Amino acid sequence: MTALPTRHDEAWRYADLAALAPVWPIATETIVVAPGETGARTLVVDGAAVHDFVITLGAGAEFAFHLLNAPRGYGRVAIRVTLGRGARFHLGAAQVAGGEQTVEIVTEVVHAEPDAVSRQVVRQVLAGRAVGNYLGRVVVDRGAIGTDGEQSIRAMLLDRGATANARPELEIYADDVKCAHGCAIGELDKDGLFYLASRGLPPAAAKALMLQAYLAEAFVGAIDEDDLTTAALAALEHLL
Amino acid sequence: MPVNHTTLESETSMLTIHDLSATVANKAILKGLSLRINAGEIHAIMGPNGAGKSTLGYTLGGRPGYEVTGGSVDFDGQDLLSLAPHERAAAGLFLGFQYPVEIPGVSMVQFLRESLNAQRKARGEDPLSGGAFLKLAREQAALLKLDPEMLKRPVNVGFSGGEKKRAEMVQMGILDPKLAILDETDSGLDIDALKVCGEGINAIMRRPDKAVLLITHYQRLLDYVKPDFVHVLAGGRIVRSGGADLALELEEQGYEGAVA
Ligand SMILES: Nc1ncnc2c1ncn2[C@@H]1O[C@H](COP(=O)(O)OP(=O)(O)OP(=O)(O)O)[C@@H](O)[C@H]1O
Ligand SMILES: [Mg+2]
Repeated sequence: MTALPTRHDEAWRYADLAALAPVWPIATETIVVAPGETGARTLVVDGAAVHDFVITLGAGAEFAFHLLNAPRGYGRVAIRVTLGRGARFHLGAAQVAGGEQTVEIVTEVVHAEPDAVSRQVVRQVLAGRAVGNYLGRVVVDRGAIGTDGEQSIRAMLLDRGATANARPELEIYADDVKCAHGCAIGELDKDGLFYLASRGLPPAAAKALMLQAYLAEAFVGAIDEDDLTTAALAALEHLL
Repeated sequence: MPVNHTTLESETSMLTIHDLSATVANKAILKGLSLRINAGEIHAIMGPNGAGKSTLGYTLGGRPGYEVTGGSVDFDGQDLLSLAPHERAAAGLFLGFQYPVEIPGVSMVQFLRESLNAQRKARGEDPLSGGAFLKLAREQAALLKLDPEMLKRPVNVGFSGGEKKRAEMVQMGILDPKLAILDETDSGLDIDALKVCGEGINAIMRRPDKAVLLITHYQRLLDYVKPDFVHVLAGGRIVRSGGADLALELEEQGYEGAVA
């Protein structure tokens, strides 16, 4: 990882390469969860930042990663996870961006052995001309039967200029595998906004309340759920 | 026989709708509707399906998509139509929805506390503390015999039809408006709930400085909340007005008989 990536590199195709150059190369943080152990990590990206994680889960290990990617400029969190037999990985990630910002979450989840479970929940709120990316590859190695992988990716676009790129990918080399992904891109419910306004909430407060609830779906089960929700609300208030 | 179509200016006028026309999706629905409601009065509007009753409520509430094409509305000395929906609420207007909206993930308590404090801020009042708000919310839930645990749940999500209507009245009690427009608050309520809601409306709104506009199809709510005036809305206008007896007459004769 010494040469600066280019757009030809699949994992960097939507990245803000100009913002990347000054912080390159990126240090990789390695997390190893021993067989049968449990781990968790919470990350709030609020500066300009690029993060790279490599996580290895032993047999029967569990790991939950909850993050809010709400940087001031370009923000990227890349996570590569390898799952041993019967391991469980959960990712709950929210992204908030506006202006000309690019934010992205790039994951590769490798089910290397049978019966592992991976769950990824990603919620994004994008305003202005912001670009929000989710590139998520799930690889099921040969012999990793009984794999259960799920990706739920949603984005809320507040302005016409905002873009969401959601690319869940499956590479399956085993039989008897259950993998599902769903992507949805939506706008705020207008009836809901009027209902809130009719009770006295100004438009920005009504939007913030609804968007906070939407992002909170990514934080369910986090140890620092309240902190994440508070940080998300602050990011939304800054945006609206 | 009470007189409603007066043009006399009175200090107690709460709502004066003059010749109001409105379209929804480019379709003319309200066609020159006039109505005056004074402080201390309770008015009922009845009328056939599709007459424009809910449209009147939404237009007064400022719902996007409901375009005013003519007329004026004075609410307590202010030009109602020039205000944004949240400003109308802060000015003292409350709209009870025929179909209350579900908002996943947002708790009733958080929503109502923020709403009340936004209204108070707009009026230059101090916000209510968390403790004071919870006390108020519990009192109002008790008045409407709504399980206070429901206030912890997401707004209207998974509430039964009757619970939604009861929760609307709890919201009204908490927000304490000057004028409540209640769109078919009685529909979906069981017999006991109808009595509880009727008594709740009286307790919250029957005061000399407040007024109510009830939109309803049936006499049964009016047995509890006795109207001073009853109007028939048909074809986008008020076509007949009378006292409480008019509702009984309508129930017997139907709209065709009573309006013909
Ligand atoms: N979004 C819309 N697009 C097109 N037409 C609409 C829309 N909303 C309302 N209308 C029409 O406006 C008319 C009046 O509707 P409104 O809901 O005000 O009637 P109502 O008197 O409240 O009826 P009900 O007693 O059934 O509740 C109806 O013909 C309805 O179909
Ligand atoms: Mg209606």
